[in-house]
Amino acid sequence: MLRTSTKTGLVFFPAFDWAISPSHPEREERLLYTRDQVFEEGLLDIEGIVEYKPDLATIADVQRVHFSVPDEWSILTKSHLISAGGAKTIGIEVMEGRVERGFALVRPPGHHAMRVVHGARGFCNINIEAVMIEYLRETYGVDRVAIVDTDCHHGDGTQDIYWHDPDTLFISLHQDGRTLYPGSGFQYELGGPTALGTTINIPLPPRTSEEGFLYAMKHAVLPLLQDFKPDLIINSAGQDNHYTDPLTNMNFSAQGYAELTKMLKPHIAVLEGGYSIEGALPYVNVGIIMALAGLDFSKVREPDYDPDKIRQSADVTRHIRRVADEVLAYWEKAPKMREEALGDKQFAERERNIFYDTDGIYEFQYETIRLCHDCAGVLAIDSETDAGCRIHAIHIPRKACKICQETGHDWFDSRDARNYNYIFLQDRTHDRYLVRKG
Amino acid sequence: MIIGLDVGGTHTDVVLLGSDRILRQAKVPTDQANLFACVWAGLDEVTADIPPGSIRRAVLSTTLTTNAIAEGKTVEVGIIVSGGPGVDPESFRTGRSYYCVAGSIDHRGRQVQSINAREIRRIASRLSSEGIRHVGVVGKFSVRNPAHELQIKDLLGGSFEKVVLGHQISGNLNFPRRIATAYLNAAVYPIHKRFFLAVRESLNRKGLSIPIYILKADGGTMNLESSLRSPGQTILSGPAASVMGSLPFASETEETLVLDIGGTTTDMAVLVRGIPLLEPLGCELGGYKTLIRSLNTQSIPMGGDSAVRIVEGDLKIGPGREGPAMAYGGPAPTPTDALFALGKITDGNAEASRKGIEPLAEQLGTTIEETAVRIFDRACNEILEAAARMIQRINSKPVYTVQQLLEGHQVKPKNVLVLGGPAPHFASRLAAMTDFQVKVVPQWRVANAIGAGLARNTCEVALFADTERGIAIAPEEEFYRSIQKDFDQYKALDLACELLKKKCLREGTEDADPEIEVIEDVQFAMIRGFNSTGRNIRVKVQVKPGLIPEYRKIAASLFERDPSESAARDADLGHGSR
Repeated sequence: MLRTSTKTGLVFFPAFDWAISPSHPEREERLLYTRDQVFEEGLLDIEGIVEYKPDLATIADVQRVHFSVPDEWSILTKSHLISAGGAKTIGIEVMEGRVERGFALVRPPGHHAMRVVHGARGFCNINIEAVMIEYLRETYGVDRVAIVDTDCHHGDGTQDIYWHDPDTLFISLHQDGRTLYPGSGFQYELGGPTALGTTINIPLPPRTSEEGFLYAMKHAVLPLLQDFKPDLIINSAGQDNHYTDPLTNMNFSAQGYAELTKMLKPHIAVLEGGYSIEGALPYVNVGIIMALAGLDFSKVREPDYDPDKIRQSADVTRHIRRVADEVLAYWEKAPKMREEALGDKQFAERERNIFYDTDGIYEFQYETIRLCHDCAGVLAIDSETDAGCRIHAIHIPRKACKICQETGHDWFDSRDARNYNYIFLQDRTHDRYLVRKG
Repeated sequence: MIIGLDVGGTHTDVVLLGSDRILRQAKVPTDQANLFACVWAGLDEVTADIPPGSIRRAVLSTTLTTNAIAEGKTVEVGIIVSGGPGVDPESFRTGRSYYCVAGSIDHRGRQVQSINAREIRRIASRLSSEGIRHVGVVGKFSVRNPAHELQIKDLLGGSFEKVVLGHQISGNLNFPRRIATAYLNAAVYPIHKRFFLAVRESLNRKGLSIPIYILKADGGTMNLESSLRSPGQTILSGPAASVMGSLPFASETEETLVLDIGGTTTDMAVLVRGIPLLEPLGCELGGYKTLIRSLNTQSIPMGGDSAVRIVEGDLKIGPGREGPAMAYGGPAPTPTDALFALGKITDGNAEASRKGIEPLAEQLGTTIEETAVRIFDRACNEILEAAARMIQRINSKPVYTVQQLLEGHQVKPKNVLVLGGPAPHFASRLAAMTDFQVKVVPQWRVANAIGAGLARNTCEVALFADTERGIAIAPEEEFYRSIQKDFDQYKALDLACELLKKKCLREGTEDADPEIEVIEDVQFAMIRGFNSTGRNIRVKVQVKPGLIPEYRKIAASLFERDPSESAARDADLGHGSR
């Protein structure tokens, strides 16, 4: 009888009755063939693989991560709470020690959802990994977390949420932003001044194959993880680097994904994108589940798999080596850069425009962070959309020092409500979320 | 008249049912080494002097196949599997003669790799030369396209006694279970066939040409001919008989926990509005996870005759039966002896029971009575804990749509029905210990045999349609049809119902228009690029477990017929919860 070497939890929630729109890639059919394959392979019967029913995430879970405008129910549906709840269920099972690892094979996805949410971006409304991580931090006191995002699209939402958090190492491997949505995720994007270096981007050129991904894993991702020493490793397991994916241009495979999972050994994997619903997802998911469980996946492959046909060119190989070297160099320099960035200034600002492709919203943000030497620094975001909705959002980080806490509350109380539709305070030191209506 | 017969671990119970009452009942000791003898003894007893032609049917529930598997007394089977990419099919090896061959079908039923005829012929001649006569052929995704299994069967030729094909077993997806189930069906085939043909012949010799039905693990019946097609369905029918026997007395509006407290084991099941819950995929037996449709039951190795010992200073009941209770001359103290010591049962040697419990009491440093109370309470607690685990397992079953998850009905039985030998005593104690409404099933000693006799036929049909590929297929029925673009969910449902009715008739239903339940009915729009290219439709319909209409009259009479038993029941429950 088959038995896993690693006890592995699985939440499988294909949301067979939910779609963004009938012909959208994120539709009912997306995990249909994956379900067929997972069921037919009998994976759920294997001794050591435990299937769990997802819990529903709560509004309080969402408020630990997001500023939802105007409120949570306006930007999410029950499906999003189930999807985030599925990730949370796996997180709980891992933290309680009932399984060693787990996979939330859920939809809808979440890694493009940023801290402020006016609507859906890149098929995402709430960031399901962040909702899970912040729940685990609140409940189990987890501190250092690494998120490795292997979706083909840059995980810009997760990057945004953890931009200023030195205890969360966010590493994204993705197709080069010059060639794919959302167009970000370059090596020089390293995090905010108080967390410089804990955001790491590894853009890979189109047509990167198994060799390139596994090279980047071995020579960039794993050494960083070894240095960072996270308590938990999360994998945002998007599957759209596959050679059959209709939205991207990469040459990754089920074998490659399984091998990558085996190298990374994440405690928790969460499904993100992946839209080759027949040719890739059934096989990639079987490969990832087996790799997590420590089973032999050597016979898992797509019907049309031909390693020669998807092999990357020498140019691609050279390019990836260079990117990996650059990433390592940034990692080395980051502590020094952080010191310089903090300097003796009191605050730092940044401005940006954010486009919500799924919902067609333009947002302008003006961000102020306190350059604190004792904590991650209190953060204020002034955000306005093209529809004229303006909010002010204050985030007091989890381990905020006394001054940053006081500053945050002071900002929240003193902002002139007449200028805003809403003023929010997310106080992570007391797990509180307050709203003032304008 | 109807005969119901249930072979249990300790006793074989038989009833002869008239149109409105039990005409005869018999209890013979089960001889696991010679099941035919005890089945025949039981049948002989209830049919003595009955005019030929007056018995309409006999429904038999036996432990024949279950025991054969548990004891490894099955024939050697050759298994041929074509898996293709995925989990290595070598992991599912069933025995020495297990061959993984070329050939692969994908999740939509498209051929990826053809089978190799020479390879199959080579295996066929090897199996023949080794004297193997029973073969199972199983392909991954054969329920989406059985072509390879059918080709392999053709290539094997006609020299095997039985060739079981995976796609005929069940419409459910699960390749490893399909392999195990094909194996079990082939492995028990000759034993099953020999046994039931012998029963039929013996009845014929007595002039009783009674149609024989066999109880399945899902609590339904099938005729002898159908059982030869898939004898594996008789595996684990034991708990099913008791559950069916409890049905007439279950609440039709609420949930009920059924407890069958036997000599060696206690079996439990949950009824929702009078209908037993089924396992999602199939039963599990002796390490084999199967696709055999089965009631969702849980069995614990503890019954009235389980031996009681002291392990590490604490009472331990079972597992294992060393014989009857000491009150009936057995070798070791049992929960039944505890009932004797407490004066609740009196038809045996209570002194022997007390003697048996005495050493346990000494070790515990307390009185015999206190020890007896503890044994009895321990037994009740173990039953309750197992029931709680089963209910938790039922409630944690995953669902795959937002609507189902949010509706999330949780099973929470408030009623308990108890049957089996010591039922009244356990019922009164369980009522005192919990908030359950506890009732004893009338005729609790033979309710299992009554359940077998009154069970109706059950059937399931799964239909899969893919309008992009233009196919509709009900693999178990060997049904394949080309379909047009306009084929949809409604047409699929009509078709599935039509197939189900045919199947019911073939398997010996007595109801020309059975009540059909839809268990799955989904349709997915298939989008390629941004265009709709077809519909992927999955429909599953069933006739759920239930009783033939006669049960109403018989059940009504059961409450009145046996004054001594109902008196005992009332008296016992009197000092229960009230």
